[in-house]
Amino acid sequence: MDDGPRIGVWVCECGGNIGGVVDVEEVVERFRGYVAEVSKETFLCSKPAIDGIRDAVIKQGLEGVILACCTPKMHLETFMRSLEEAGLNRAYIEVVNIREQCSWVHMADPAGATQKTIDLIRGAVERVRCSTPLEPLRMKVIPEVLVIGGGVAGITASLRLAEFGMKVHLVEKRPSIGGHMIQFPKVFPTLDCSQCILTPKMASVSKNPNINLITYAEVSEISGVPGDYTVKVTLKPRGVDLEKCTGCGECSPVCPVEVPNEYDESLGSRKAIYVPFPQSVPPAYTVDFGSCILCGKCLEVCAPDAIILDDRPKEIELRVGAIIIATGYELYDPMNLSNYGYGKYPNVVTGLEMERILDVNGPGMGQLLVPKTQRPIKSVGYILCAGSRDPENGKPYCSKVCCLYALKQAQMLRDRGVEVWLHYIDIRAPGRRYEEFYRATQEKGAMFVKGKVTEVLPYSEKLLVRGEDMMLNIMVENLYDLVVLCPPLVTSDDTLKLAKGLRVPVDEDGFILERHPKLDPLATKRDGVFAAGVVTGPKDIQTTTSEAEGAAMKAVNFLSKERLIEPNKAVIYASLCDGCGACIEVCPESAITLRDGRAQINELLCSGCGACIPSCPKEAMDQQGLSESQLKAQIRGILEPSEAEIKIIAFVEGEVAYTAVDLAGLARIGYPSSFRIIPLPSMSRLKLSHILYAFALGADGVMLLEAPEHEGPYGRAHAISEKRAEEYRLELEDHGIDSVRLWFSRIYIPDWRKLERVFKVFHSTIEGEGPLDPETRAFLRNRLGLT
Amino acid sequence: MMNSKNVLDSVPEEIEMALGVSRQSYRYGAESIVFKARVEELSGQNINLCYQCGACSSGCPLSKEMDLLPSKVIRLVQLGREDPLYSRTIWICSTCFECEVRCPRGIDIASVMEALRQIMLRRKYSEVRLESIDPEKLRGLPQIALISNLRKLMA
Repeated sequence: MDDGPRIGVWVCECGGNIGGVVDVEEVVERFRGYVAEVSKETFLCSKPAIDGIRDAVIKQGLEGVILACCTPKMHLETFMRSLEEAGLNRAYIEVVNIREQCSWVHMADPAGATQKTIDLIRGAVERVRCSTPLEPLRMKVIPEVLVIGGGVAGITASLRLAEFGMKVHLVEKRPSIGGHMIQFPKVFPTLDCSQCILTPKMASVSKNPNINLITYAEVSEISGVPGDYTVKVTLKPRGVDLEKCTGCGECSPVCPVEVPNEYDESLGSRKAIYVPFPQSVPPAYTVDFGSCILCGKCLEVCAPDAIILDDRPKEIELRVGAIIIATGYELYDPMNLSNYGYGKYPNVVTGLEMERILDVNGPGMGQLLVPKTQRPIKSVGYILCAGSRDPENGKPYCSKVCCLYALKQAQMLRDRGVEVWLHYIDIRAPGRRYEEFYRATQEKGAMFVKGKVTEVLPYSEKLLVRGEDMMLNIMVENLYDLVVLCPPLVTSDDTLKLAKGLRVPVDEDGFILERHPKLDPLATKRDGVFAAGVVTGPKDIQTTTSEAEGAAMKAVNFLSKERLIEPNKAVIYASLCDGCGACIEVCPESAITLRDGRAQINELLCSGCGACIPSCPKEAMDQQGLSESQLKAQIRGILEPSEAEIKIIAFVEGEVAYTAVDLAGLARIGYPSSFRIIPLPSMSRLKLSHILYAFALGADGVMLLEAPEHEGPYGRAHAISEKRAEEYRLELEDHGIDSVRLWFSRIYIPDWRKLERVFKVFHSTIEGEGPLDPETRAFLRNRLGLT
Repeated sequence: MMNSKNVLDSVPEEIEMALGVSRQSYRYGAESIVFKARVEELSGQNINLCYQCGACSSGCPLSKEMDLLPSKVIRLVQLGREDPLYSRTIWICSTCFECEVRCPRGIDIASVMEALRQIMLRRKYSEVRLESIDPEKLRGLPQIALISNLRKLMA
């Protein structure tokens, strides 16, 4: 026994689950004298057993505990909590998986299973002997939230956060909050007036003392760490003092400049000094310096002296703990769909423009008129999926809301006696009361034609639309006064810019990627950054508000307590670092920076993937909780004294691939007992020296089981490792080791059935090659300075 | 079961049959609106409600005898096309009401068929002419078969 920590080993029989295959008595005997305490239990997870271990720790002054039982995914947390109460540090507790990895998979080979159990326990003992105490990092969070985007998502989230008592900064780029929803005259499926239901919420935002409303502004820079972000916000010059402006509106009529009104989708006009719409929040006016001619006429009529014509952009700085992205969407540009004639014929409009045409306060003031020509609208044709479900000419996805808003507009038009035809490829109305809404639209006499329209042609002042009626296998040619295109909702450039700044990944369509699309849809891949609404994909208002409520709750949860951060971080020995920057390039989290010529790790950003460590040419890096000495001790402990004939070390990614190995155990899939598993955060943690070390100490083969990039917890770290394995294979040849002795596979959880084949094939390859020859081993030992 | 005179002979050329025969583009106009309104009035049904699920056709015990499936009859009427008037389907329909029972949108399809027959009968068109049947045979035919074929009596 050496002078290291006093260690206790407990071996579980798991009833007969382990004891029926592994000779537990033999295992216990082997460790008698090797460690301070060793014993077996029928069920290690039972309360009396756990209490017994705790008592032994206290009475015998044990400093480390090895528990050989089922997978750590089962009871590790319970064991940890109980042993921490007894005063043990987490770094000195190891669970050795001898059920899923030994007894359940080597039923036909009890001797092999017993030998493997002994080896694995010895590895854990040696590893713990090299442990150092670890404490979780503690971090105070800033109890304030930044909500970006003042649409219905941002408004809802802000109100909920403020109600909880959280300080909120709501940043909106336009002069007023309200988003797209305030442009809709009515909303489906209730057909209630959208302005009537949203305006009160907008007013609440402006009155709530917990909400700092910042309009006509954009987030320009975000730095810091989850829990403590510093945000720079650029305030565009508004030309009007928000405090002084009473919203009386004297200025607007005297302004000589008239430009298209964004609120009316440019179908109407506004002045250079304007409010976007009457219920704007804040109610103050805005000078559009892009079109203002600085004539100063507005200054003359402004009684409260609120207008500042020499206004300049300003920058303010906020400190927040969490961020909610609610920047909404844009419409796919229908100019790309030249066959539909948008931009060519004034009577081809988008669904969003149609919302404004239908609004009683819209550009036609309640009259249904074709833009520009002002002809009355008596018949309307809708072209659904105008760029949706069409990866060749638009976006591949279903935009989800178009069917429903087209049905809504159709009902509004039918109520006013207008003939309505909808050219669709599928009517998708899956939602509460949506099918009923579809039926009601049919009941009102809207006509539906299944078949995608290919072309819109001018026909005197009308438009000729030719589409197939797929029900009858005939062509339908109709003349419409107005054609409405329903293009997909798409992500906005602002969202992409923001995602880049926050290093939040987006999907192939530019929508913010959820942490998990099913189980954690409101969190992004980044701690403390949440998302609500269409930023994560097209959705209706119901879902958007539900998400906003949820995202607010997630932010509150995140900021409700001190953050405890796992201390599994990379470390740099500053004296060895020469500032080459190789680690900076590798780090998937951008957690490493160069300061005073040396690399420095931001512990709060470091995820602990370990990818940087092998990149350091100076061997100046290490990892807490998985140090070089721990890893080597474990390899040595497993291999050196082992009596097994063929020994293979399998490094297994700790979450996804490890679970697959567990599932193979649960299914009692049999594979050769030559494999000894060491979990790692990602395969990119491995250095070539680890592999050489394993071969030097007795391994005949080394296997790497990596998680797929998008499945594993460390993202890009899982991708880097494959290339590294390729390089290692070449280097092995240089060391006189056949590269077939290194295996790399990607395993995701449902792949567990595949593992049987993977293990068997690699085992028989190594068996065919035979054990590594003693000369090569001796050469390696010499090379690595092993005696 | 019924005389097999080719009904297509009497189809106005500009209409033709929708049985995959006509590929001519179709335009919805005043005539279509009037025809559709007439069928809706006679049948008391809102034809627009149909969403072409096909349950009526698949449930119909006589669909294999029909030249136009019941669902297509409804679709054509929805578009205001008169094609179904010249199909055998409306005469083959035995008014068993299976389609009405099955229709998820609650359309009484049998009544639509009846409305279409009425329109034809009022145009003095009769699918079965008594005088064309051999009196000997006529005597042997069950009365109920005659009545159901002489839809005039039901109109």
